[in-house]
Amino acid sequence: MTEHRKVVIAGSGPAGLTAAVYTARAQLSPLVVEGQPSSTSDQPGGQLMLTTEVENFPGFPDGILGPELMAAMRSQAARFGAEMVTDKVTRLELGGGSPFGVWVGAPEAPEPTYEAETLIVATGARALMLDVPGEDRLLGHGVSTCATCDGFFFRSQHVVVVGGGDSALEEALFLTRFAAKVTVVHRRHQLRASRILQDRAFANPTIEFHWNAVVTEVVGDGKVTGVRLRDTVGGEPSELPVDGVFVAIGHEPNTAVLRGQLDLDTTGYVATSEGSRTNVDGVFVCGDVQDHVYRQAITAAGSGCMAAIDAERWLEARGS
Amino acid sequence: MSEKIVTLGDTTFDEHVKASDVPVLVDFWAEWCGPCKMIAPILEEIADEQDGKLQIAKLNIDDNLDVTRRYDVLSIPTLILFKDGEPKVRLIGAKPKGQLLQELSAYL
Repeated sequence: MTEHRKVVIAGSGPAGLTAAVYTARAQLSPLVVEGQPSSTSDQPGGQLMLTTEVENFPGFPDGILGPELMAAMRSQAARFGAEMVTDKVTRLELGGGSPFGVWVGAPEAPEPTYEAETLIVATGARALMLDVPGEDRLLGHGVSTCATCDGFFFRSQHVVVVGGGDSALEEALFLTRFAAKVTVVHRRHQLRASRILQDRAFANPTIEFHWNAVVTEVVGDGKVTGVRLRDTVGGEPSELPVDGVFVAIGHEPNTAVLRGQLDLDTTGYVATSEGSRTNVDGVFVCGDVQDHVYRQAITAAGSGCMAAIDAERWLEARGS
Repeated sequence: MSEKIVTLGDTTFDEHVKASDVPVLVDFWAEWCGPCKMIAPILEEIADEQDGKLQIAKLNIDDNLDVTRRYDVLSIPTLILFKDGEPKVRLIGAKPKGQLLQELSAYL
């Protein structure tokens, strides 16, 4: 049986849960399809579930742990009546206009699980993998998608972090709690990361930098024993013996379920106009799935608020 | 925690896993691991539903490094299914319930 909802929110990171708080307080009884357990950023709570200390979310002068922040946002949304489903949206039918068909579970089911008068897309982004030989095979055997989960196992060992942005340096700094040596491999000779993280990383004696190099293979028989590198300037190959590989080379938006239905911009993120509006009337978007510029917890939360207000006004104007 | 779940440690692991009449699914976890917390309620449900057919056990890796190292656990959550004391299935990372049950189906 298809259940009718005024607001369905796909995703439960800071964007989705802020949209849930606002639409719940507006008495719209939102349903949050929050995602499924996984060890990647594609999980209930989103990317912050894989972080430790969040130091830049206003209101927490001493910082707060990412998973704690997300648990707090979730219970705040629940307090005002948001309903959570721990599952994934597997199919959307947006073509016929509002109400929209939302499938959870088997996408081939003839009837949608929900029909939504408005849909708020907050499916976020997920970490890119290297996509090189050895990576898949050694996942969980030295290749990790979650430094906070797996750093512990590399006590007194040598690990490599691939990437040059904030996530890469955050992981590298976190890993210095355990590892004897952390080598950051970056394809350029300067970092994209914020100044404060760069200063901390450069000052940390456990962190070394290997500039102008990309990983071409993860090596190991049963367990990671090293990575093969290629110099991005001269092209020479080299090998670095390491025990662990942590990948933080960037993110891609979770748009698979939206493809062919919502307009994307040239970078592959959902295109917006007039705040959080998409090309489909009644479908709003917020968070990292539409933002390749800022990508912060606080900007995601802010855009979730925008989407909630836009959806509320849209419903009001329609008289529902 | 469900009464049907047992807590194992370095000193009790071998005895329990070998003596069990039913397969034992051991959850290698730690307090500080977010994805571990996410699958904890799923394991509780499975423990109730598979009562008598499957034993769910938890092993805190912080306190029990011997067993953790012996099975080369380098990522958590890791779930290992033991039958007659031998590891048979190894599942790395948090997964939804349906997928866990499917990957264990040969032993259920």
